Amino acid sequence: MKKTVITVVGKDAVGIIAKVCTYLADNNINILDISQTIVQGYFNMMMITDANHAVKSFREIAEEMEELGEKIGVSIRCQHEDIFNKMHRI
Amino acid sequence: MINIFEVNETNKMITQENLDVRTITLGISLLDCVDSDLEKLNQNIYEKITGLAQNLVATGQEIEREYGIPIVNKRISVTPIALIGGNACKTEDDFVTIAKTLDRAAKEVGVNFIGGYSALVSKGMTKSDELLIRSIPKALADTERVCSSVNVGSTKCGLNMDAVRLMGEIVVTTATLTKEHDSIGCAKLVVFCNAPDDNPFMAGAFHGVTEADAIINVGVSGPGVVKTALEQVRGESFEVLCETIKKTAFKVTRVGQLVAQEASKRMNIPFGIIDLSLAPTPAVGDSVADILCEIGLEFAGAPGTTAALAMLNDQVKKGGVMASSYVGGLSGAFIPVSEDQGMIDAVKAGALTIEKLEAMTCVCSVGLDMIAIPGDTKPSTIAGIIADEAAIGMVNQKTTAVRVIPVIGKGVGEMVEFGGLLGYAPIVPVNPYSCEAFVNRKGRIPAPIHSFKN
Repeated sequence: MKKTVITVVGKDAVGIIAKVCTYLADNNINILDISQTIVQGYFNMMMITDANHAVKSFREIAEEMEELGEKIGVSIRCQHEDIFNKMHRI
Repeated sequence: MINIFEVNETNKMITQENLDVRTITLGISLLDCVDSDLEKLNQNIYEKITGLAQNLVATGQEIEREYGIPIVNKRISVTPIALIGGNACKTEDDFVTIAKTLDRAAKEVGVNFIGGYSALVSKGMTKSDELLIRSIPKALADTERVCSSVNVGSTKCGLNMDAVRLMGEIVVTTATLTKEHDSIGCAKLVVFCNAPDDNPFMAGAFHGVTEADAIINVGVSGPGVVKTALEQVRGESFEVLCETIKKTAFKVTRVGQLVAQEASKRMNIPFGIIDLSLAPTPAVGDSVADILCEIGLEFAGAPGTTAALAMLNDQVKKGGVMASSYVGGLSGAFIPVSEDQGMIDAVKAGALTIEKLEAMTCVCSVGLDMIAIPGDTKPSTIAGIIADEAAIGMVNQKTTAVRVIPVIGKGVGEMVEFGGLLGYAPIVPVNPYSCEAFVNRKGRIPAPIHSFKN
């Protein structure tokens, strides 16, 4: 199973997690793990998700999440987890 | 499972420290395109390249999107054209038609450079080799994306001084034919000693005859990542310094390995090698010279530079080798002048001279790279520079190269703008004394004693 890592970084505001999670739920993407911190007023979240049952393609999801990020004033990136596993695990 | 700190570390490298995959280069053998009819030969070449490479750019973009890592260039290298055109090309202009075909194919598939307008003449030149070499100035002036290289020596064969002398003239003619654009033709022409068969980096890439029909080679980069990692260990011992470079090189190379495997799988073309070179760009924070400064030099070129570069080069290799099973190409650190803001600053400050750069090439991965010299430099002097550099490669059993640009109509201290990734450079002075009687001798310099290993 290929997992998708979603990172959300930006100025903290009310409802960031809610909006991101609503999008994921609407698109049948399951959240496996969430970590979140606030560093110097900046919101920083990472989610590990399973997008294998999503109807949309990876490309569409990545683009729509980017747009969603712009709307709520944060930066959202979707990446396959392999890039992180390769770099940090032997 | 991966944690938030690791994810943030990777993304910080990409977004703030210019971590990228510098190039996916598709190597294509043209040996099966050979034909005695020039038109048919050109057609075969065009069809083979556009057939195999049609998805190269799209595949690269797909990988970029899915992993969130920029892949800056998608390129093609082909079998040295001197070997392919021999039968069909009777004149220099016949060879130029092949250069134009390569250019057309590159534009069709959307790659920004295609390398392999090359000849391998380390021991002697065939008629075809010589015709191709003589056609280089026109080929580079008439095309936009074609890159050319000539291998004039090797540790096993010695130095072909006839080819060295000829290349001195060819560099000047190339500069003259492209003088309207700051002699940019010379930025696409490399003279090698011990050229590798699997180099993914331009302008020196070609697809060696020892290679398979098609392969994917990947060049990773990340001077900014190494520099940032070293900021955390200021003042620490050499042991800590080396350990930090190795760990960083490992991480950077793993990303290249992932991209190479994915590209290979998606295009159904075997993976060749990862080239571990730290390749700078003119962008701020993407400089090898800045790493040398972070190690403790006021400017690249200060005393200690060669030692610092030797250590950097070695640690990059040691870290990278662990990360990929197939490492090749040039692997190490590139030190081009015009493509590295820190190098440009060092030249402007008077800290870095062509002689110091020559010393640095003894311990880095390539050679005198992207150095602008006065336009009135004599062909024999350029041949002398090539001979010096090739001798370093020959004796030290390493690849060396010369890519100097005699900028016609400009002199020492003036600035030259090449644009884009090629950057800009101040013109550096060249030793004015003559080596004409030396380079005018005919024949070869024999292989060094330690090449006899059998």
